[in-house]
Amino acid sequence: MGTRNPVTWLGSPAFPEAARTALADTQLRRNLRNATTTIRGRRAAAVAELPDWERLRRAGEAIKDRVLAELDTHLERLEAAVTARGGVVHWARDAAEANEIVLRLVGDEREVVKVKSMATAEIGLNEALAAGGVRAVETDLAELIVQLGDDRPSHILVPAIHRNRAEIREIFRRSGLAATGDAPRELAEAARAHLREKFLSCKVAISGANFAVADTGSVVVLESEGNGRMCLTLPEKLITVMGIEKLVPTWQDLEVFLQLLPRSSTAERMNPYTSVWTGVTPGDGPAEFHLVLLDNGRTATLADPTGRQALRCIRCSACLNVCPVYERTGGKSYGSVYPGPIGAILTPQLVDDPHDAQAASLPYASSLCGACFEVCPVRIDIPEVLTHLRARVVSARGRTAESVAMAAAAWVFGDPARYERAQRLGSLARFLGRDGRISRLPGPGAVWTASRDAPVPPRESFREWWRRNRG
Amino acid sequence: MADARSEVLARVRAALRDRPTPPEVPRDYERTGDASLALLAERVAHYRAAVHEVGPDELVPLLARLLAGKRIAVPADLPWQVPGVTWLVDSPPLPVAALDGADGVLTGCAAAIAPTGTIVLDGGVGQGRRALTLLPDHHVCVVREDQVAGSVPQALARLDPSRPLTFISGPSATSDIELDRVEGVHGPRRLEVVLVRAT
Repeated sequence: MGTRNPVTWLGSPAFPEAARTALADTQLRRNLRNATTTIRGRRAAAVAELPDWERLRRAGEAIKDRVLAELDTHLERLEAAVTARGGVVHWARDAAEANEIVLRLVGDEREVVKVKSMATAEIGLNEALAAGGVRAVETDLAELIVQLGDDRPSHILVPAIHRNRAEIREIFRRSGLAATGDAPRELAEAARAHLREKFLSCKVAISGANFAVADTGSVVVLESEGNGRMCLTLPEKLITVMGIEKLVPTWQDLEVFLQLLPRSSTAERMNPYTSVWTGVTPGDGPAEFHLVLLDNGRTATLADPTGRQALRCIRCSACLNVCPVYERTGGKSYGSVYPGPIGAILTPQLVDDPHDAQAASLPYASSLCGACFEVCPVRIDIPEVLTHLRARVVSARGRTAESVAMAAAAWVFGDPARYERAQRLGSLARFLGRDGRISRLPGPGAVWTASRDAPVPPRESFREWWRRNRG
Repeated sequence: MADARSEVLARVRAALRDRPTPPEVPRDYERTGDASLALLAERVAHYRAAVHEVGPDELVPLLARLLAGKRIAVPADLPWQVPGVTWLVDSPPLPVAALDGADGVLTGCAAAIAPTGTIVLDGGVGQGRRALTLLPDHHVCVVREDQVAGSVPQALARLDPSRPLTFISGPSATSDIELDRVEGVHGPRRLEVVLVRAT
């Protein structure tokens, strides 16, 4: 205990600084704009096809709120059901404890195959395994691209979204994976050939979980490529790491999420493969199943009555794809495996340290436009949590540059004469602006322009114009 | 220091000190829908899987035509006798290399969902263990008309969650490159669904 939470990457700058660097990368912005534009249109069509979409969202919201309100009971039921079916349940308070458990369970194996999982990315499992002499082979195509490129993920669903096909082919080439061209089909073929032997020979697999059913002990993984099925079926031992909030109470509840998740994430009526397993089944799949239940800041998040709704998240990433901030800065600017609007509210709560400047900057990575709430399949009111967390940051820090700026603004707006003087001062800013933009304001205004350009004020304010023409 | 289990549960209980009320779940979403073979065929084809629709008497001739001369993996309890095919029967269990080298696999299914174009396998009669339908590059799956559900809720109600389940919607695919879906990664790259009318 007491070690830093690896949900944020060590050494990451605060969001404004990271965003400024990302904004200068035109290739990144082009890749992101192309990908998010494509997926936004498709999601809208997939959702429009269901006349009961809003009712499904409300059901999804209520099911998750039920889980959270009675989380201790549901966790105990899940544990009992998994154990009764021959699985072994482990509990981990934080990332370090979860990593220790997994490393111990891997035993003497030197290589394991992995299904893409946010929970294992959050705890830095691959790095912990490497430190213990175990190589974790990522088998999801996008995770493989990130791993081979010695890169970091920039999207929840599609971690390599910041890369285009030409860049991916080059990453493959440098790692000795020969692709016949840069068409997605040819790149996928190269990954298939590369991973086939690993699937057939690895003895241990590691996965995450999309859902677990408390009643029955069933664990659910949704995927597309079949790498998940390979990992969940072929090895002798399966280790699944799952956040404690991933529960649904009953089997029937899955009928809601199997409709909400695919349409929200990949914009499909159904993702190609969904696997459900309950403990172990003799003669079918791994003989050993371990389920690691992970806290790592979730109970701290649960303790905040406003902030706890972030735990409803089913990691669909729809909020990333519609976010104007995400589309321009990319995922890596958030300095965490959870980027975008959901990351801006989840990451700082999981970190749970008001003095962590990088995490504290994340609730400001938003224009509060509300598009994220509109698309969220479990109706997380992200703007509400953002403003709530901003208030928490301000009260934790006392007087900050922004609170001083806001107090100054209140003083200026509070008196007409002061307001007009400030406006005339502002019009001087025209001499500073090039191309009609101001990139740096003086005084308290510098806090505003530190992360954005301000439009140049008009030569004449409305009040001046009114006095000249009508006064 | 308490063990991890007790401590996590204690933290959960402390976090819920405000005693939030568990809300009632509104179940007013659609429970039923179109269970027609026509809709299932359209939705399966949308994933670029091949679809055939036949009457009960036409099934075996169709399978014979699709699989002629091939080495096809099958579960030991497959209910159809098809001539002209080299069968690799999964009893005793075939080694992974043999499955990997098969030309294809033939199975039935436990259920299908018409509006989403999904077939579901549960390891029951004519379906075999999960690896059987995963490693061969071509999966031929037979769906009877009475197995088709008209909605996701109806399908889940028919399934037993204690069995290992695989929901299959089209051939293996990825959207990982520029968020553009392409078919054919690790699972079977060809999926062929045979729909059998009740009469």
